[in-house]
Amino acid sequence: MQPFTPPVPGIRNEVLFATHAVPAVHPCPDGFLEVPKPMKLRFLIPLFAFFALVGVLWVGLSLDPRALPSPLVGKEAPDFDLPQLHQPDARFARADMLGKPALFNVWASWCVTCRQEHPMLSYLRDQGVPVYGLNYKDTRSDALRFLARFGDPYQAIGFDEAGMVGIDYGVYATPETFLIDRDGMIRFKHIGMITPEIIENKILPLYRQLEAES
Amino acid sequence: MVAELGLFALILALLLAVAQGTLPLIGAARGDVALMAVGRSAAYGQLFFMALAYAALTYAFVTDDFSIAYVANHSNTLLPTQYKVSGVWGGHEGSLLLWVLILSFWSAAVATFSRSLPREVLARVLGVMGLIAIGFIGFTLFTSSPFERLLPAALEGRDLNPMLQDPGLIIHPPMLYMGYVGFSVAFAFAIAALIGGRLDAAWARWSRPWTAVAWAFLTIGIGLGSWWAYYVLGWGGWWFWDPVENASFMPWLMGTALLHSLAVTEKRGGFKNWTVMLAILTFSLVLLAAFLVRSGVLTSVHAFAVDPDRGLYLLAFMAVVVAGSLTLFAWRAGKVGLGGGFSFVSRESALLTNNVLLAVSGAAVLLGTLYPLFLDAFGLGKISVGPPYFEAVFLPLMLPLLLLLCFGPRLRWKQDSPTEQLWRLRWIFAVSLVFGMIWPLFVGSWSFLAGIGAFLGLWIIGSSLKDLVERLLPRAGSRQTLGTRAGRLGRSYVGMQLAHIGVALAVIGITFVLGYDDERDVRMAVGETVEVGGYGFRLDSLERIQGPNFEADQATVAVYRDGQRMTTLRPQMREYFSQDQPMAHTSLHRGFFRDLYVNMGEPLPGNAWVMRVYYKPYMNWVWAGVILMGLGGFLAATDRRYRVRVRREEDLPDEAGNLGGTSGVQPGGAA
Repeated sequence: MQPFTPPVPGIRNEVLFATHAVPAVHPCPDGFLEVPKPMKLRFLIPLFAFFALVGVLWVGLSLDPRALPSPLVGKEAPDFDLPQLHQPDARFARADMLGKPALFNVWASWCVTCRQEHPMLSYLRDQGVPVYGLNYKDTRSDALRFLARFGDPYQAIGFDEAGMVGIDYGVYATPETFLIDRDGMIRFKHIGMITPEIIENKILPLYRQLEAES
Repeated sequence: MVAELGLFALILALLLAVAQGTLPLIGAARGDVALMAVGRSAAYGQLFFMALAYAALTYAFVTDDFSIAYVANHSNTLLPTQYKVSGVWGGHEGSLLLWVLILSFWSAAVATFSRSLPREVLARVLGVMGLIAIGFIGFTLFTSSPFERLLPAALEGRDLNPMLQDPGLIIHPPMLYMGYVGFSVAFAFAIAALIGGRLDAAWARWSRPWTAVAWAFLTIGIGLGSWWAYYVLGWGGWWFWDPVENASFMPWLMGTALLHSLAVTEKRGGFKNWTVMLAILTFSLVLLAAFLVRSGVLTSVHAFAVDPDRGLYLLAFMAVVVAGSLTLFAWRAGKVGLGGGFSFVSRESALLTNNVLLAVSGAAVLLGTLYPLFLDAFGLGKISVGPPYFEAVFLPLMLPLLLLLCFGPRLRWKQDSPTEQLWRLRWIFAVSLVFGMIWPLFVGSWSFLAGIGAFLGLWIIGSSLKDLVERLLPRAGSRQTLGTRAGRLGRSYVGMQLAHIGVALAVIGITFVLGYDDERDVRMAVGETVEVGGYGFRLDSLERIQGPNFEADQATVAVYRDGQRMTTLRPQMREYFSQDQPMAHTSLHRGFFRDLYVNMGEPLPGNAWVMRVYYKPYMNWVWAGVILMGLGGFLAATDRRYRVRVRREEDLPDEAGNLGGTSGVQPGGAA
């Protein structure tokens, strides 16, 4: 390492004293007048601390802060028995989804994100995934109009007008999506819109695996 | 066409930044005057082209050019014109363009106002600012261009988020960015000093006014953000310890420490390494703030859209800048002298304690903000850190800081007598203790927090005013008039006292509003009355009204105090044509001792609504405090001694009291 030398030696002292407001009591020799010392290790501590921080932030970049682990994952899907959206007299219950892995999607016609998400559900149905719906805190007429306009990828839809089943499933914002295995266990949960990446990286691989298990 | 013009201007600005970031530094190293002189012209050129790029985007907003993706996403034909202009910074790309424009502005300001600086210093400062500009203009161009075309063009824009359609939001981001980016000047001065090896009092004095101005802008910017949250979000809250709020608060805490540490370096030649470190840390926290807000690593109500590329770019940029400066620091810091010695009770140790407390508070906020990220990164689960942590950690740190604030400005440099100072302040102490403890009883039931807040506030105001009066009153045997003494106070000194009184007002306001606010969520039908905080609120009528880009339900609420009609509030529930969710628009009555605040919740059957009624005592004291702090900062920056040329140093009046600031003659004797 090069010992540090002042760029313009010589005129130091005038500059030094001229720039101090109280030169008479100023006992401090300026740094560059001192004998150069080797770099001290303690001055490197901030640098190392910073590298540690950058490392953590770098890992943090690849994480999704919104991905909340659901206490429901790995547990039985809560039981329910609801009127169907299309036929108020017919019922749709948890038992109807069992026997084969299935996707359970919570949606509402008033939810803009659900509208954006809708084509993904149709894509999943085309991939052979059975898609069931929970129509959450909606009115029957609005929900049916929504399906008539954007298509209906669902095999069956439960009509949860009061949102009670939603509470059992821990829904706090639509859309939310659950992947349930053939025995009725929740294996995956996603809050918010499912995107093509989530479908390709999470839902479809897990679905294929669950399908292979059964 | 206009988008391409803007993009082209942005590219030219980048090229000029490259020139500004390299040539002057090479010139300073070689002693080449011509190369050093490039810095100033490049800074002006960069500002010109950034202004052109910015004007192009603004033009696109005002003319509803929805063939530009950014405009289509953040504007609408129905949007009132002032919000089209402010909508330019309503999203990530445009706000970044504003950020860079302000950075160029600061560069040009340094080039203009630092003519008296030695050539090498100015060249290095502008060079460092050029390097920062390369990073940010590059970020804009390569990851976040606001000039991307949308083909085919949209027929109608998606509209600006209604929450941002508010006068507070017109000025909040520019102020905040002026503050954030302003700290790049202090940083550039620190790095220039490290490169040049001249960490002396002159360096501290050059960077002090810039730091003060940046700090004042940041103070006002944070205050405006809080003010906006207070009445737009309509929760009655004004500070949430949200990651993005913390992101702006950390540089503020560090910048405050820097401001105080610079005083020691300027006046006493001490704390040099520490001051440089604070300048680096403050700007690092600004970069961290940009990273946290724009990368999506943390969830926040304010964060911009998530894009990992942007996060990676910013992280890499931050790593280069901060690691580079810390390496330079490690290389040079060992060779810097320690400055004058000082005893346990002296202004130096008071300022040192101030610095330690502020730095620790900053670290505590940093820890709380990043802790969820740390746990997640190590796979230890997900948590969120909320107000309980921040309040438990932050308040105990503020207590000694505020206690110290009464003494600090009165203490002499080097050595002082603690008993003497305490004795001088005994009456102020006693009076503020008694009144502070009684005051809360006039607002509500007694609470410890409010009592302490009132006591500290009164004590700070009392000791500041006493100090001012002592300096103004002619000393025995002196022929000076009050006028001459007032003229000699020095703006830096007056600014400091203003800012300190601002802190006191904010402390009183914060503790009172924390202790005594009242809120009620009630069902109100037309004709019904609800009582909150001693005020009667009667819902007189409900009507449907039409705005420029929304329709709204409006409630007319009459407010009574002791049977007297005081005012009428008109909260609205707005349905913007471009949005699906309705948005509440608060109606607020501000007063010296309290704010009254009514918000509409949801409609109920029977011509009734859920109404939220708030009583917020002393809220305006907080805002007044923030404004005083900001004014104090601006005033201090305009002090005469910063404008005097370096070479004419000896012409400065030699009476230390004239130099103001944190120096000055003590009432009892000479410095």
